[in-house]
Amino acid sequence: METFDGYRRPSGRIGVRNVVAVIPLSVAVSAIATQISKNRSERVCATPHQLAADAPEATLAQTKRVLEGTATNPNVAGVLVIELGTERIDADELADAVAATGRPVKTLSVRETGGTEAAVEAGLEAIDRLVEETDGARRESADVSELVLGVECGGSDATSGLASNPAVGNACDRLIEAGGTASFSETPEFIGAEHVLAERCADDEVRQKLLDYVERRESMAEMMGTDLRGAQPSPGNQEGGLTTIEEKSLGAISKGGTKPIRDIVPYGEALPVGGGLVLMDTPGYDIESVVGKVAGGAQVIVFTTGRGSTTGNPIAPVIKVCGNPQTWNRMASNMDVNASTVIEGDDLEAVGGRIFDTIVETADGRPTNAEVHGLREFAINEVQPNELGYFENAL
Amino acid sequence: MTRHQSIQLDESDTVVTVLEDTTAGNTVETNRGDVELVESVAFGHKVAIDDLAPGDEIRKYGEVIGVATERIVQGEWVHVHNCDSVRGKAEGRQ
Repeated sequence: METFDGYRRPSGRIGVRNVVAVIPLSVAVSAIATQISKNRSERVCATPHQLAADAPEATLAQTKRVLEGTATNPNVAGVLVIELGTERIDADELADAVAATGRPVKTLSVRETGGTEAAVEAGLEAIDRLVEETDGARRESADVSELVLGVECGGSDATSGLASNPAVGNACDRLIEAGGTASFSETPEFIGAEHVLAERCADDEVRQKLLDYVERRESMAEMMGTDLRGAQPSPGNQEGGLTTIEEKSLGAISKGGTKPIRDIVPYGEALPVGGGLVLMDTPGYDIESVVGKVAGGAQVIVFTTGRGSTTGNPIAPVIKVCGNPQTWNRMASNMDVNASTVIEGDDLEAVGGRIFDTIVETADGRPTNAEVHGLREFAINEVQPNELGYFENAL
Repeated sequence: MTRHQSIQLDESDTVVTVLEDTTAGNTVETNRGDVELVESVAFGHKVAIDDLAPGDEIRKYGEVIGVATERIVQGEWVHVHNCDSVRGKAEGRQ
């Protein structure tokens, strides 16, 4: 039985990092959150984002879900919530939800504290106390079945569908066979491959839900007067040899492996532990897509790339798997696993095994290259006013 | 004449993907036999292994990835200039 050493949280979930999260409620306090997180323990990470203090209800609901999911991800030990004080999201409500999971949490209002300078000072004090309170956490043995793995691809090219994605899919199959959960998303990249996914759904209800999500993403593009062509595949994808969204999708879905699809959940919604393969409805923008799965409780992300994506995440380690031999040679310092050997005839099973081992080692504490380089990108998918119709009838 | 590295993912595919930068006049291996490249095709890009008429399905992974928008001959590069998606198109736009 495969095990790793992680941090047991009061809720029972197991974390693979011991992060103190600095969470701003709006763009107005995002820079303060970043300032407070700097020059302190490496364990302190901010989640700066661009969302406004006021927004339509559906936009606020999604933002709240993502902030709460992020603050209560198993990798998070303690939380500082920062508000300007005019936001329509309530800081105390968020703090109460975090406290209910047994985590230490503090709130800071910039208006009440007396402006930026005083807030940064008070924030640093609060962070020092949170770091002290959570420093004593010790790693203990946990089974890989407790892992929720988020799977992402970005900077795709023709090698993604040939090498890195099927190899990561093999690692997903291994994790699910060991009792764990794997989740991939990016609904626009189901388009043209949904018939393949539909055949693998566990039952009719899940199948219908999946097809509805795909149809909504496709019609949303139409509703906005845009066209997926030109945007999907992106110009970079096209340069890498991908011609149509169907071709990109067929290559993209192999990163989730071959197991039955148990469910599909909304953006940022909790992913089940021990749940097998579960999809999430996210946009194709990879930073927002990763954040959605981390808010859903994923402790580790595996991210495939052909053209050479470098991005990480503040809460979860991101493992980069590269399928393009030229990119591997140029950017090895940003990559964690070389899957380009598949192109030269290496066995997919063997590469899948290497990826699985890297997942377990990363969970056990080995830093990924994104962590080594301090790459902690964060963005929340904002429901735009012209997308509101999409969310009127929740699936 | 050199045979370049390429991969055909399914028997029914009408394109192969080249696994190195290729040069016109060289060949790639397919289940139709060796196909001569009528133009140089870059790593990761696709080569037609059948003659295709406008509207014909283009297949990769054993699935339809688009349709030919013009006549394509065996050995020609297949990409956005001669292959179009059938999905994700806004109403009324071509």
